[in-house]
Amino acid sequence: MLENEKLIGLYKTMQTIRKVERKIEEEYKYDEMKTPIHLSIGQEAIAAGVCLHLRKDDYIFGTHRSHAQYIAKGGDLKKMIAEMYLRKTGCSLGRGGSMHLIDPEVGILGSTAIVGGNIPLGTGTALASKLQNNDKVTVIFFGDGAVDEGTFHESLNFALLKKLPVIYICENNHWAINSHQSQRHSGESIYRWADGYGIPSYQIDGNDVLKVSEYAENAVSRCRNGEGPTFIECITYRWKGHIGTVNDVGIGFRPQSEYDYWISKDPIKWYADYLKATGVLNDKMDESIDEEIDQLIDDAFTFAKNSPKPLPEELMDFVFAD
Amino acid sequence: MPWTTVQVEKLENFLFKDNSESDRVISYKDAIFETIDESLARDSSVFVFGEGVDDPGGVFGTTKGLHEKYGRERVFDTPISENSLTGIAAGAAMAGLKPIFVHSRMDFLLLSLDQLVNHASKWSYMFGGKVKVPLVIRTVSARGWGSGAQHSQCIQGMLMNVPGLKIAVPATPYDAKGLLVSSIMDNNPVLFVEHRWLYKTMGNVPESLYSIPFGKGVIRRTGSDITIVAVSYMVIEALKAAEKLQAENISAEVIDLRTIKPIDEDIIFESLAKTGKLLITDTGCKSGGAASEISALVCEKAFHLLKKPIIRVCCADVPTPASDVLEKAYYPDSEKIYTQVINLLKS
Repeated sequence: MLENEKLIGLYKTMQTIRKVERKIEEEYKYDEMKTPIHLSIGQEAIAAGVCLHLRKDDYIFGTHRSHAQYIAKGGDLKKMIAEMYLRKTGCSLGRGGSMHLIDPEVGILGSTAIVGGNIPLGTGTALASKLQNNDKVTVIFFGDGAVDEGTFHESLNFALLKKLPVIYICENNHWAINSHQSQRHSGESIYRWADGYGIPSYQIDGNDVLKVSEYAENAVSRCRNGEGPTFIECITYRWKGHIGTVNDVGIGFRPQSEYDYWISKDPIKWYADYLKATGVLNDKMDESIDEEIDQLIDDAFTFAKNSPKPLPEELMDFVFAD
Repeated sequence: MPWTTVQVEKLENFLFKDNSESDRVISYKDAIFETIDESLARDSSVFVFGEGVDDPGGVFGTTKGLHEKYGRERVFDTPISENSLTGIAAGAAMAGLKPIFVHSRMDFLLLSLDQLVNHASKWSYMFGGKVKVPLVIRTVSARGWGSGAQHSQCIQGMLMNVPGLKIAVPATPYDAKGLLVSSIMDNNPVLFVEHRWLYKTMGNVPESLYSIPFGKGVIRRTGSDITIVAVSYMVIEALKAAEKLQAENISAEVIDLRTIKPIDEDIIFESLAKTGKLLITDTGCKSGGAASEISALVCEKAFHLLKKPIIRVCCADVPTPASDVLEKAYYPDSEKIYTQVINLLKS
């Protein structure tokens, strides 16, 4: 069982992710963030629960939908928002945009907009940990669409072959853009595929942050002990459409009843209720957490909006590293 | 004996006398082996992997026995998963290692383009230079003996279109070593293009490690009537053609670019200022390839130096045929270079 400080930490992380994404959603209409955005509202428990157990020097690799992981791993919020505004002060200096977030100071080595593309990269940093004989862990986050790709299968085979310290986190929100999992897979349990490779694999409620935390903790400890990879399929749901701020419910894409069910399983509301029922959180604390996060977000947006844009003459910078 | 070896064994031993301080003469293959051996010994972050690196052949001898010397953690065979292995190499590079990933056929490189083009080559730019990807991809192209359409391609020209990727095309043992050292030291993905028909080529190679800068070509033969710019194995065919042209009192200058990304433009322009005529020869297909890019560069920046149209002597724009008769028609060689030069000078 986690101590109270960590329980509150989880809550703060989830609330920060939710509030940052709500703020992005709110500001997006002003057309100052000229980059595609992919919101993960409804999926916050996974990034928070996993990253709680990671050290600063552990690695993570995300996808086009990576705001949550960046925040949960401790990425610099000002630089993240500045990247949304494509400023020089952004985490990728305005070259990446919202799908390419990085903060090497805390082990975030980048995110990819090619589905499944991050799976080999993270398997590679795990190989490096093994060859360098250190105990750094790599976590790769991806969706249910990424398991359709060859990189998923090739990487899992290699990770077990070499017993690499890597954790595969599949955020199964059932939808790859507008294609439901049932249109792409013959079965419903992705974790069985990973299990077929011989990797310890689990399917859990991805909206239950304590469950996610429990399984992640075990997986991290297996990695640190040299016991090899773990696969965790976290069942969840994204509230928003695939891209931008659109709601795509009831207009031919996703059924209202499905959406309503998942709204009733809001991971943050459930967790706040749990913390209050167990006396770990009270309304006063909740309010002060709210204020603290709002201040951070205000500061980040102010920083971003006041930051300079890259200059045309800087176009060719960074194609090659020195 | 593997079919590729049957063909290569029939080749004569071409000897290069590079500007080397060493009297020691070794083969292209041994130069690559020695560089990998010395790099593994010198730098613990270097490791080598790919299909067959630890089998008894050791990728045509270039990695033979190294797993016994450095252990299978640093020299290892892989699953046949070219795309993911490229990404795994890129990830390991991001974490501070210096991977050398080997494809025993360049054709197999095509399976890895997502990780090479979408990921490894873009990572520096896409993240504002925050992460480096010091990765070497070795590829070996073959030629002849009915290799056919999927075991003989030279696609380096296609990959010149990829920002963030450097491409080395060494033709001599001296360059094979010096450019491989530079590739390993470089903080970017480097495609290191080897040609099986160069493996027996002999040349002076110092025993110690040395590097050759990227984007610095070399004049292999000086001349005044025509400039022949050659890529990879075509350097040898160009030199043979130049020898024959000399008998006709035609003096050809042969330039070996050594790297096609970056390209040494100045060495081409300086030669053209003398000759005014240009023939470009590459191991790949003609359209959209290395020769196309070089001719575009010349038209763009040095059109005033041209007295005649540019000639490209490359593979025909068809998949490689297996028939020996069709192969002869398909491949560029010294005969074709010779004939084209004679025709150009007559026109």
